[in-house]
Amino acid sequence: MNTTIMLFLLQDGITNGAIYALLGLALVLVFAVTRVILIPQGEFVTYGALTYASLAAGQMPGTAKLALALGIGAFAFDLFAARKALHGRLILRSIVTNIVLPAIVLALTVYFAAQKPPVAVCIALSLVIVAMIGLFLYRIAFQPLAHTSVLVLLIASVGVHLALQGLGLLFFGAEGQRGPAVLSGSFTAGALRFTGQSITVYGITIAFIVGLWLFFGLTLYGKALRATAVNRLGARLVGIRTTLSGQIAFLLASVIGALSGIMIVPITTLYYDSGFLIGLKGFVAAIIGGLVSYPLTAVAALVVGIVEAFSSFYASNYKEVIVFMLLIPVLLLRSLAAPAVEEEKD
Amino acid sequence: MSALLSVTDAHVAYGKVEAVRSVSLEVGQNQIVTIVGANGAGKTTLLSAIIGILPLKGRVSFAGQDLSRLDIEDRVAMGLGLVPEHRELFVTMNVEDNLELGAFRIERSKAKASMERVYTLFPRLKERRKQLAGTLSGGEQQMLAMGRALMGEPKLLMLDEPSLGLAPIIVADIFRIVTELRAAGVSVLLVEQNAQAALKIADQAYVMELGEFVLSGKASDIAANERVAASYLGFQHEGASVL
Repeated sequence: MNTTIMLFLLQDGITNGAIYALLGLALVLVFAVTRVILIPQGEFVTYGALTYASLAAGQMPGTAKLALALGIGAFAFDLFAARKALHGRLILRSIVTNIVLPAIVLALTVYFAAQKPPVAVCIALSLVIVAMIGLFLYRIAFQPLAHTSVLVLLIASVGVHLALQGLGLLFFGAEGQRGPAVLSGSFTAGALRFTGQSITVYGITIAFIVGLWLFFGLTLYGKALRATAVNRLGARLVGIRTTLSGQIAFLLASVIGALSGIMIVPITTLYYDSGFLIGLKGFVAAIIGGLVSYPLTAVAALVVGIVEAFSSFYASNYKEVIVFMLLIPVLLLRSLAAPAVEEEKD
Repeated sequence: MSALLSVTDAHVAYGKVEAVRSVSLEVGQNQIVTIVGANGAGKTTLLSAIIGILPLKGRVSFAGQDLSRLDIEDRVAMGLGLVPEHRELFVTMNVEDNLELGAFRIERSKAKASMERVYTLFPRLKERRKQLAGTLSGGEQQMLAMGRALMGEPKLLMLDEPSLGLAPIIVADIFRIVTELRAAGVSVLLVEQNAQAALKIADQAYVMELGEFVLSGKASDIAANERVAASYLGFQHEGASVL
């Protein structure tokens, strides 16, 4: 192998690894705060990507309608949960966030889809739609189960994944789609060619990681989220609602997923079921980070990306196998190094 | 006469086992009320139910409002604070962040002043404000847990075994601070195994045995009661620790 090929593969690996890093960070965040292993993360990726691609192609994405439908469901859950102490302000707030907001977004989507909107509008709409889907899914599928075991939450998570994947087939069809590049143009440095898209990927990933770091380190809500992850009872005793932390975590995870999708879809053709495998690679990184460590997850994600790039060059038939095989030595080491962890009781 | 906290005919059960039976209690404004009793009497269970961690059958009202439909977070926002036995600190965060989060439901402009007050009460915490909560000593963790609860500007602070496992000098410090809190207008509901120390600073006292209150009255009367002296204060003059 010569250095040029190696540099190419490294570059490719880092671009993919950056996206896996974002997804891995979101998985760690959601797990730490809600104990949910977020399998539908991959669907947030495909929904984001395909909503963006559909809008850019002037088609109406079904996800906007799904957001409204889920919003109505979330509203019903809110009403049911508060049935003993209903008051006007609560109902009004629930209507605004769960029904009015997705209805407005749906109207905007219908309006813009008809006239091939500019890239920025497509991105904004896709992000908002997927963010709402993430938020409402938490309300419907996970918040009512918040007190149950990790295993129950995992099963719910698998269910949500399957449902979303099926709906993805319904909304986007079996054919793959590609979206327009966020940033066109390119330049070369030595043997390497940097496209606008790969620069976008690096830039957004770094910006997001810095943003998350600032959010968790400096803001009261960021600290509240960490507090919930560290000690759920302690957080409740200072008045932090577990549901609020869960909502913020799901909101961040769905936005990160959708953003990753929007960054990938100009590079690779995505299908309604492509997200699962992409999410799984973020998951491999998160597992290597022990589902707790953010920096370890980010580094592991880059390793996953690079290993994937090299294995697709040398043994492309086995590239997924090789990536997932990374898990075995890591799990082995972890099980030897750490004492058995009992599942949390609450 | 209106009590700040009033509990009427409370029952608390773990599944089918009733850990607290038909308990009634009142805490007035500017009062220290203590519940003393042996390990397993149901004291911690009762506090957990008052804050809303465990379901309680019976009536609980705080500052004139019925608490039965409110969850923990609402009760905290109303000014009911609990420092639990296991402290439940945010161990991977530093002292200052722990305190800041204590004021999560308080206006941010007020939080700064509250933090200064907590630092005056516990100067040790100020020295360690950038240190992770998990690396503090037991006494410092207890101070931080109390400080965090005080950041929420509670009208009533419930303390569960604040002296457990701490050196006598630190225990004395913590009891002194409890009396200072009363002077500052915070009522305290104190659950203690260290009955002698608790009865010394309390205004009212309840004695709990096997999930029920067997005695109640002025703390000084309870301390003088023969039965209490025999069961809870008995070994004191021989220098051994209190039950």
